[in-house]
Amino acid sequence: MKGRYDVIVVGGGPAGLSSAMAAAMDGASVLIVEREAQLGGILKQCVHDGFGLTRYGEVLTGPEYAERDVRAVRDLGVEEKLGTFVLEAERSDDGVRLTLSNREGIHHVSASSLVLATGCRERTARQVQIHGDRPSGVMTAGCAQNLVNLQGMCVGKRVVILGSGDIGLIMARRLTLEGSEVIGVYEARQKPSGLVRNVVQCLDDFGIPLHLSTTVTRTFGRGRLEAVEVCQVDERMRPVSGTEEIVACDTLVLSVGLIPENELAEQLGIEMCPMTKGPLVDQHYQTLAQGIFSAGNSLSVNDLVDYVSEGGERAGHAAATHALAANRRAKNLVRVEVGERLSSCVPQLIDLNGDLSKVVFFLRSDGDYQGGRVILRSGSREFASKRLRPVHQAETIRLEADLTELDGAMVAMLIGE
Amino acid sequence: MKLERLQRELRKLDASIVASERDGCILLEGEVEDYATAFAAGKLAVDKKRYLGVLNDITVKGFEQKIVLPAENDSSLEGMECDVLVIGGGITGCAIARELRRHELSVLLVEKGADVASGQSSRNGGVVHVGVNFSKGSQKLRYCVRGNAMYRKLAHELHVPYENKGQVTFARTKAEMLALEYVHRTALDKGVVDTKVMGRDELRKIEPSVPDWSVGGLFMGTGGITSPYLMTIALAENAVENGATVALNTAVLDMKVEGGLVVEVSTNRGTIRPKAVVNAAGVHADVIAQMADDRTFTIHPRVGTNVVMDKKAGWMVNTSMGKTPFTLTPQQLEGIPSDPISQAKAMVKTASSHTKGIALIHTVDGNMLVGPNADEVPDREDVSTDRAVVEKILASQQEVQPAVSASDIIAYFTGVRSPTYEEDFVVRPGIRTRNVFEAAGIQSPGLTAAPAIAVDIAMWVREYLLGMMDVKKNENFNPVRHVAPVLSELSLEERNQLIHDNPDYGEIVCRCEEISKGEILDALRSPLPVYSVDAIKRRCRPGMGRCQGAFCLPTVMRIIADEAGMPYEDVVKGSSDSRIVLGKK
Repeated sequence: MKGRYDVIVVGGGPAGLSSAMAAAMDGASVLIVEREAQLGGILKQCVHDGFGLTRYGEVLTGPEYAERDVRAVRDLGVEEKLGTFVLEAERSDDGVRLTLSNREGIHHVSASSLVLATGCRERTARQVQIHGDRPSGVMTAGCAQNLVNLQGMCVGKRVVILGSGDIGLIMARRLTLEGSEVIGVYEARQKPSGLVRNVVQCLDDFGIPLHLSTTVTRTFGRGRLEAVEVCQVDERMRPVSGTEEIVACDTLVLSVGLIPENELAEQLGIEMCPMTKGPLVDQHYQTLAQGIFSAGNSLSVNDLVDYVSEGGERAGHAAATHALAANRRAKNLVRVEVGERLSSCVPQLIDLNGDLSKVVFFLRSDGDYQGGRVILRSGSREFASKRLRPVHQAETIRLEADLTELDGAMVAMLIGE
Repeated sequence: MKLERLQRELRKLDASIVASERDGCILLEGEVEDYATAFAAGKLAVDKKRYLGVLNDITVKGFEQKIVLPAENDSSLEGMECDVLVIGGGITGCAIARELRRHELSVLLVEKGADVASGQSSRNGGVVHVGVNFSKGSQKLRYCVRGNAMYRKLAHELHVPYENKGQVTFARTKAEMLALEYVHRTALDKGVVDTKVMGRDELRKIEPSVPDWSVGGLFMGTGGITSPYLMTIALAENAVENGATVALNTAVLDMKVEGGLVVEVSTNRGTIRPKAVVNAAGVHADVIAQMADDRTFTIHPRVGTNVVMDKKAGWMVNTSMGKTPFTLTPQQLEGIPSDPISQAKAMVKTASSHTKGIALIHTVDGNMLVGPNADEVPDREDVSTDRAVVEKILASQQEVQPAVSASDIIAYFTGVRSPTYEEDFVVRPGIRTRNVFEAAGIQSPGLTAAPAIAVDIAMWVREYLLGMMDVKKNENFNPVRHVAPVLSELSLEERNQLIHDNPDYGEIVCRCEEISKGEILDALRSPLPVYSVDAIKRRCRPGMGRCQGAFCLPTVMRIIADEAGMPYEDVVKGSSDSRIVLGKK
């Protein structure tokens, strides 16, 4: 391993892999730093299919999807450091400097550009206010998926799933196929959180009941889990007393939301977006710190891996351009405001001195609607618009726009048809 | 109160309650409808001048104390003889076992749980208390002040985190400042040094988070923080290093007392014959004392919940801080008439609500701890948490630090304190049984007091045994615990060297707390190895961070399984009935 690279990518999941691939294709020297022993990130344990439909027009499993990227980065000569953890990151005059730890020792590496593709973590039982005893048998869906798919274990015989996020739905099906009895999926919201196709394919097809506006409030059991208390919730998600019900089970799987992992970004003092919980970025996915880019679920949580890869490529190309450029243009940033009926927007900023010909926006609505039109506007001028029917909060809205004539701040909004 | 009058008062609570004198104690019997009545009767019967203590045997209809016993049943301790049997692996028992090994005594410590610090020793705020709030002449005050003075050296010897940042109590009004001035003046008389009443500006230099409503407060320089479970584990490990034996998953079931002596102690692992017995059984100390025919007290469980906030909220408190017990915050004042009598009444009501001044604690790990509350409950082993309680704790502490927010919660836990009705420690040699030694009724400031209690108990045990055997000094006793490297304390160069010697230190398993495989293996190879995920979590923190183990659990289980030579599916969370997976696919 040499000490200096054009681009260092932290994270070897789909976002990191596509970033590395794009940067290497542009001629940059690239290092991927991955803390696990293998590349692929969480895709390694996603043995179900449904990946790659948008990017490849094919239906792939998680490992198959990852394998394509891994092969591509290896063909391009990208260096990789596996089983390697970033202890410290600091900005320097000519980019960034990282301190790494692995079984060979402590290493220092530096680069002109850094892509943070550090993924996300799952919300835990305490964060959703589950009380009662603390038995074993309570775990997040991702943890259960690892234990079943990678370790080959049976996590439980009678399983309750809290949260209808995609991983929870997928695990409902997976555990059923492995011989566990999935008693039900409970969702505090009035609508399922995951993709419609997952509700159909993972619950309906297996006759697993979905209980909406209901949550798990307590766990019982001093050794292993013996039962949970479920309870209906009101519109403000507060438990309605008198609706408690005890459900006997030995396992509680939680799929209650994902939180971008940005400890490194925070260490680097990067400005964050309160809505996405990821860094603020421009259309090149560059953060407000020069030469530091963000991609994938650490930028904002995605529903489709295909979008993760697309964003990763964008960050990778931009990181290479930044590293290889002889002289860098000054930025001229304008904001993209999140307007009515939307809850988040990536990018949050547009660099008017950057590439404006084909800017891709990823938006999320703040609720479910029968239909609507998502628009991008600056002043009275509309730059892009797309009709949607219906609009699901759980699904990312992808919108392309030609912004070559943009000269000021923008707003994105969802309006009635 | 005379017995006849007490009996009349008790009848008002419930007609079934009968009071009588027994062995210098006041015994209450009867059956009542609810626990609150049984508790109220116990409180009413307290009379320290006339009696040794209250024996509250009133039963509550529909409630039966369930004691979770270890699943293990074998004869591994059958017929074992030892000089001293210590019952209870909390901080008190572990400190006593270590202290006893300063002499050539064979020491066996038995603990019902799957690890030491299974009860309140791991379920408290970690505050090393000052003692000003305890009354003169109480054992709490005596052992708190002595223990506090021992902490710095002890923490150094055992290599346990300890910080002496002080403790702060805020006042809202000038009148309250006068009250604090009184506390300050009496402190020295109680043996408490380094207290000072400070105005708002001076206080801010020590505690930047002085609430807006506070005019100043009392700073107590001897206040500190430690990690209560690491301290307990370290005491146990050092005891074992020095030759003590610790038997986990071992519950005392009965005792045979003959001629004023405990001669046999039966457990789920066989019958033990000790020369002396130390009762450090925490919430069950009165049950153990009863078995030893030395009971003069009753434990009434009092639960408290603490809320752990993310390290990101750590800035909100620098010391351990809270309002004075009688301070009414602006929120509490709303709706109370402004006349002095109404306000005084409200202050007295607040002051008697059993919550101490401390409310916000900066932990040794950099998190903020919020709590605890104090509720009287019948069940000694119920450590479940409750949503309403957590919400109440947060709401009340927002008055001290408005930035406290539910979104920073990463965990919460409940502990059961073990007070007596007299609300003091019972640290003494046996009264009716000569070879039993009580270290009972230990609640806050038990963490602070444990090292001092251990000194006295060890001394009494030794004096007792000297009557029947030769007790030599243990020339090989080493108070310094052997510690494995803690990577976060090392420079990068030192870390690099360590990894070259042992690559396991380079492999980070827990991403949130940055814990290496080498550190986890060290914990599994310690003098007191415990092969469970919870034991590893306590000893070196994987699973304590923001992901709460969601990422590293499968890897930690693999390391435990490989090291213990057990199948992956047999790895447990804590107790032997807490398997994490239910077999292979």
